[in-house]
Amino acid sequence: MAVPIKITVNGQTHESEVDPRLFLVQYLRDNLDLTGTHVGCDTSNCGACTVNLNGKAVKSCTVLAIQADGAAVTTIEGLAQDGELHPLQEGFNQEHGLQCGFCTPGMIMAAQQLLERNSNPSENEIRHALEGNYCRCTGYQNIVKSIQYAAAKLG
Amino acid sequence: MGDIIGQSVKRVEDKRFTTGKGRFTDDIVLPRMTFACILLSPHAHALIKNIDLSAAKAAPGVVAAFVGKDLQNAGIVGLPVGWQVDFKNGDQMKEPAHPVLAVDKVRYVGDGVAVVIAETKEQARDAADLVDIDYEVLDAVVDVVKATQDGAPQLFDDVPNNKPFDWGLGDAEAADAAIANASHVTTLNIINQRLIPNAIEPRVTIGDYDEARDKYTLYTSSQNPHVIRLLLSAFVLNLPEHKVRVVSPDVGGGFGSKIFHYAEEALVVWCAKQINRPVKWTAERSDSFLTDAHGRDHATKAELAIDGEGNITGLRVTTHANMGAYLSTFAPCVPTYLYGTLLQGLYTTPAVYVDVTAAFSNTTPVDAYRGAGRPEATYVLERLMDTAARELGMDPAEFRLKNFIPPFDGVEQPGYETQVALVYDSGNYHAVLNKVLQMADYENLRKEQEEGRKNGRYIGIGFSTYIEACGIAPSAVVGSLGARAGLFESAGVRVQPTGKVSVFVGSHAHGQGHETTFSQVVADRLGIPIADIDIVHGDTDIVPFGMGTYGSRSLAVGGTAIVKSLDKVVEKATQIAAHLLEAAEEDLEFSDGQWTVKGTDQSVAFADVALTAYVPHNYPEGLEPGLDFTSFYDPVNFTFPFGAHIAVVSVDPDTGQVKLERYFGVDDVGNVVNPMIVDGQLHGGITQGVGQALLEGAIYDDNGQLTTGSYMDYALPRADDVPFFELGREVTPCPHNPLGVKGAGEAGTIGATPAVINAVIDALQPFGVKDIDMPATPQRVWQAIQAAS
Repeated sequence: MAVPIKITVNGQTHESEVDPRLFLVQYLRDNLDLTGTHVGCDTSNCGACTVNLNGKAVKSCTVLAIQADGAAVTTIEGLAQDGELHPLQEGFNQEHGLQCGFCTPGMIMAAQQLLERNSNPSENEIRHALEGNYCRCTGYQNIVKSIQYAAAKLG
Repeated sequence: MGDIIGQSVKRVEDKRFTTGKGRFTDDIVLPRMTFACILLSPHAHALIKNIDLSAAKAAPGVVAAFVGKDLQNAGIVGLPVGWQVDFKNGDQMKEPAHPVLAVDKVRYVGDGVAVVIAETKEQARDAADLVDIDYEVLDAVVDVVKATQDGAPQLFDDVPNNKPFDWGLGDAEAADAAIANASHVTTLNIINQRLIPNAIEPRVTIGDYDEARDKYTLYTSSQNPHVIRLLLSAFVLNLPEHKVRVVSPDVGGGFGSKIFHYAEEALVVWCAKQINRPVKWTAERSDSFLTDAHGRDHATKAELAIDGEGNITGLRVTTHANMGAYLSTFAPCVPTYLYGTLLQGLYTTPAVYVDVTAAFSNTTPVDAYRGAGRPEATYVLERLMDTAARELGMDPAEFRLKNFIPPFDGVEQPGYETQVALVYDSGNYHAVLNKVLQMADYENLRKEQEEGRKNGRYIGIGFSTYIEACGIAPSAVVGSLGARAGLFESAGVRVQPTGKVSVFVGSHAHGQGHETTFSQVVADRLGIPIADIDIVHGDTDIVPFGMGTYGSRSLAVGGTAIVKSLDKVVEKATQIAAHLLEAAEEDLEFSDGQWTVKGTDQSVAFADVALTAYVPHNYPEGLEPGLDFTSFYDPVNFTFPFGAHIAVVSVDPDTGQVKLERYFGVDDVGNVVNPMIVDGQLHGGITQGVGQALLEGAIYDDNGQLTTGSYMDYALPRADDVPFFELGREVTPCPHNPLGVKGAGEAGTIGATPAVINAVIDALQPFGVKDIDMPATPQRVWQAIQAAS
């Protein structure tokens, strides 16, 4: 039943045997104890589970762990480098882009990929890019500003 | 440090959340933990004829399975109600049992019927599919008005017409007379649709039992762990309270839905003891839609009486309030004392009467959701205000300014006594409306609207001027109104020997930024840096006591409890400082974290005094060592924030699509400790209000099936549904708490919904549309245009 997989998460390679029905988000949370990636829904709408898979933002609640075999995954825990917060992590603090913090990892991971695609997004482009991520606390205003902060800092 | 109050200090709690190190309940893994799957009723109303667990119990990995009868046999009756509202004729509120798992009958889709516990979450779920239940399906009723009519399906044998209580407030005769004698009466029939709160973190509970110590621990995503401990131990499971610990770690949003004591909390604790292993239950989103308490769901007729000069002379409101299938923890107070009491609004209306009929229905229980009663009241009033102004040919701002209560500060001028049982603390309603008119450049907006209409562009401008009762609440007052709990708050300040400070607060934070705001209050009073302060909450074994977070009460009530403890710390520390400085206490002044003998350079620092308190070698005679105080604060009155909001929308008449173009708000929440956090609360609150106006709504079919049970069907506001909000502020301090604060958690939600709907209707004036139901979806707007023209 168990299927062998090899996944590189935040630069570290893991070899595991997993149930074929195990979702990537459960693999990250339950097998690797990377609990920064959250589950907020069961229909891939909320985006709390967003991670970076081979350079693309994906909802890890709808990717099977076995589909990620051989892939490189970055989660929120892997975003800061050498103890330096990523400009998005800094921006969310500076611009009050989070309240309860539950959607925040997914928001940041979605925003990270947006900024890779578009280093200077307009307000509308940011709002459009966040359509797959729900926040119930902030009204999105300061999330948009946080991403603008990071975009400016990343130049 | 005196200027730290009022500064937008960046939040100290952010780092753990931005780096993935938050600790939410589902992140907790206990040794030997098992996983529960709770089977929910697929029927809205049915008799349970038989439940066969044998196949489930034999499935791989299953540890145990239980049904409602197992709990009943253990003497567990069900979940308690925290507020009693008796009938107008004096009969006692009907309070039928609300079992932890349904026993003979299910009453809504989502009623729990069995629990299966297994080694893994997947095994529990697989086994739950093997539970065989024989139901006899009954007719269901979901509509609040139909539920009270003769012949409607009856949920409980001893609750005739499904009415648990009815209620009235104000002077009915005076309101009737005002309406009879009015030169104009504006009448609206209003549906305040059912909403589903949708905190993004689904609810999670873990029960744990330590047999050797006879100790129970519940980890739960709750807004008020101490209250859950009390209800769980004293009212549901009959456990010794001192042997029960409730932990609510990081909680991913609440908005009211995590105030209540839920069946799953009692269930996992009870199950943990039965199997002597920890039991975890994690809601999937579809569980959340069905089992989190819903909000609103009122059907209302409202009449506003006006004289020939545009003065409001009376208000009469009749409301049916849907309770769902059972009375949730605080459900009875929401459509009564949190609703009817706010119908005075900001106006001098001399006669007000409100009549409320509560009804059970085959739907998820309804309880407090952000604003809780106050948004419903404000929606009624503010829809009436814009409608009346239009009918009278008056400008909606002018109509409001004419009827506002004059300014009063609650100090020189007394508080304002309303017709519906409240005394407003302080207010300056003209100031907020005048300021928002200026910010929005109102005259110019009207010109734009006029120009637009000539060119086929339909802009609408909607107003809402609201007041809310926050800082909930004086215990004696709410007790006299039926509350079965006190509503004080508690906080402990422990100065450690090195002068670092731990603050233990009963207020629970789940997004409000307490760790920052409370630290600012402490830093200001003690003159120490925020880095030296730790705010501790969410654990009943660590925090002395607490009533939790809801009703925008944390700073006004919980913050005041902190201030009381700080005052005691400073008083005792001053005694120690005087001893060390060999001076009289009255000769000392305390500022910037040190005591100085006035007029000298002799001083002693806070940390030195702290150390002396714990190493009392050279110490005042007779004084106890230590520097650690806990205080309780019971407010003398509610606080009454208020504000004026203007929504500007455009409507595409061909598609019915509404776009929120601009949104202006001027709010007066009293003194502000952290403007950044207050603005953040308003942004989120406004967005939830916009959600109700344009997007959200729970819909049941006639069989009681929730047809909006996922994010595919229930539309939450997304980032591109809202613009940048343009906010301003006025400050009228609260006269009865030392911080002068009023609360900001619910203001946005209360203000936004009527402003947006008023704007939509204003936009549709060229088509003759007079009213529209929420949410104003493209389909509804398009149909309204077609029907009117």
